[in-house]
Amino acid sequence: MTYNVEEIRKDFPVLSQEIHGHPLAYLDTGASAQKPRAVIDAMSRFMERDYANIHRGVHELSQRATNQYEAVRPLIQKFINAEYEEEIVFTHGATEAANLVAQTWGRTFLKAGDEIVLTALEHHANIVPWQILRDQIGVVLRVVPVTPEGEVRLEDVKAAITPKTKLIAFAQVSNVLGTILPAKEIAKLAHEAGALALIDGAQSISHMPVDVRDINADFFFFSGHKLYGPTGIGVLYGKKYLLDPMPPYQGGGDMIESVTFAKTTFKAPPHRFEAGTPPITEVIGLGAAIKYVLSLGMQNIAAYEDTILAYATEKLSPIEGLRIIGNAKKKSGIVSFIMKQAHPHDIGTVLDRHGVAIRAGHHCAQPLMEHLGLTATARASFGLYTSKADIDALVAAVKKVREIFG
Amino acid sequence: MSDDLRDLYQDLILDHGKHPRNFCVLEGATNEGLGHNPLCGDKITLYVMIDEGVISNIAFQGSGCAISVASASMMTEMLKGKTTEEAEKIFAYMHNSCTGQPTDETGIDEDAIDRIKALAGVRDYPIRVKCATLAWHTLQAALKNEKKASTERS
Repeated sequence: MTYNVEEIRKDFPVLSQEIHGHPLAYLDTGASAQKPRAVIDAMSRFMERDYANIHRGVHELSQRATNQYEAVRPLIQKFINAEYEEEIVFTHGATEAANLVAQTWGRTFLKAGDEIVLTALEHHANIVPWQILRDQIGVVLRVVPVTPEGEVRLEDVKAAITPKTKLIAFAQVSNVLGTILPAKEIAKLAHEAGALALIDGAQSISHMPVDVRDINADFFFFSGHKLYGPTGIGVLYGKKYLLDPMPPYQGGGDMIESVTFAKTTFKAPPHRFEAGTPPITEVIGLGAAIKYVLSLGMQNIAAYEDTILAYATEKLSPIEGLRIIGNAKKKSGIVSFIMKQAHPHDIGTVLDRHGVAIRAGHHCAQPLMEHLGLTATARASFGLYTSKADIDALVAAVKKVREIFG
Repeated sequence: MSDDLRDLYQDLILDHGKHPRNFCVLEGATNEGLGHNPLCGDKITLYVMIDEGVISNIAFQGSGCAISVASASMMTEMLKGKTTEEAEKIFAYMHNSCTGQPTDETGIDEDAIDRIKALAGVRDYPIRVKCATLAWHTLQAALKNEKKASTERS
């Protein structure tokens, strides 16, 4: 199949507009991806024709809504190659998934002195939930350093593991550097140490085929909005034998078998972890997003984005005063950079006035920034619709930054 | 450079951003303030020496974008020799200028007005207003001798 990015771009209504008199070059997909017509239409259609609450009414609309909602679960199961449909828990996003694991599995099965290994490149969403748990029950957090190139070396992971290690929690792809971590190998190290592997897939899920069984992830989570779906919906994958004994995260409707004031019994996973009315329309939207990326093929998307990453790296590298932060051998979808002439926020403002949308700042990874001796970077992040013209616009605008700040 | 970017990045701002004045630790400062913009990581430490109600010396250290560094640098030049009441008045004028509210120029010297007008280019860049006002919020904290100012509190 040939990958026709110009045709694909037509699927994304937001891309065909001008910003400050320039064609929009949206290079902030790492923060949130734009939505294809298929997602927008699926959500509108659902609200126009089939919307009702799920798992409740005997009426037609409730039945339709329930069927469409529950049809997304096996779709996700296949998408990440989980063994059972029951291993797919809907959350409000990656952040909630991390908190869910920390507060249910963590609080139940860990004790004071147990150790959790993190890497220095984690997003705050995979740091703070573990710090909260540490303050609650006294687990110890150990941090694997990152090399100056932005890589996590297996020997450094090994060095952080002790007989007390119970969990290694790490991102599959760094949201700042684009580094692809050796997830399968790190999971293997975890298992050899008798620990579990929890993988933050927020930044990987939209860029590459993910097979949770091949990686042998114990927990894996991602957000819908970075996968061309809506906000407010995310997915937690957990191995069935791990989810089964986990207590509920929140109490409420739709997660119980029976309730009396004396005693309540809870449903089995995944419903045990889905208290209250879920983001129903958003689940429908996520389903449409997954169908959309599958229609293009995750392998094709990955191969195409690699050409964009290589093109951007080639065009940005020679610019005087510009330094790319993160030069791992395996990268995906992200080029972070700093410029001698200008602070990332000034870069971001100048680029914006040329229609180029990037993110500037610490990218919710302050410990990594400190580790690298930086306060902020400018980050261009790519998606399945990123064109070489977007990169050319970025490069031209970066040259304007040099003109202004000299 | 397009005209609207020129409004933001005026020569005066680029110059102060690149070559900040009074950029040092001030030994013997009577008041100190720490300013932090958690959204972008900009940080400044402001040192103020107050002598019988007059800012006899003022300096800062830190890192940030051109707007925040230029604003801090120009602020130190503007306020040296002013009374703390005058400083408060200039702060109010600066704050209102940058947020597009009615301003009162009475009692503020022309030099300060010119500089603040240069900074007020951020009005059209709502997300950057905090860059311009960080040093000034830090000043307020320093005058009250509060330890910390944050753009997310004011």
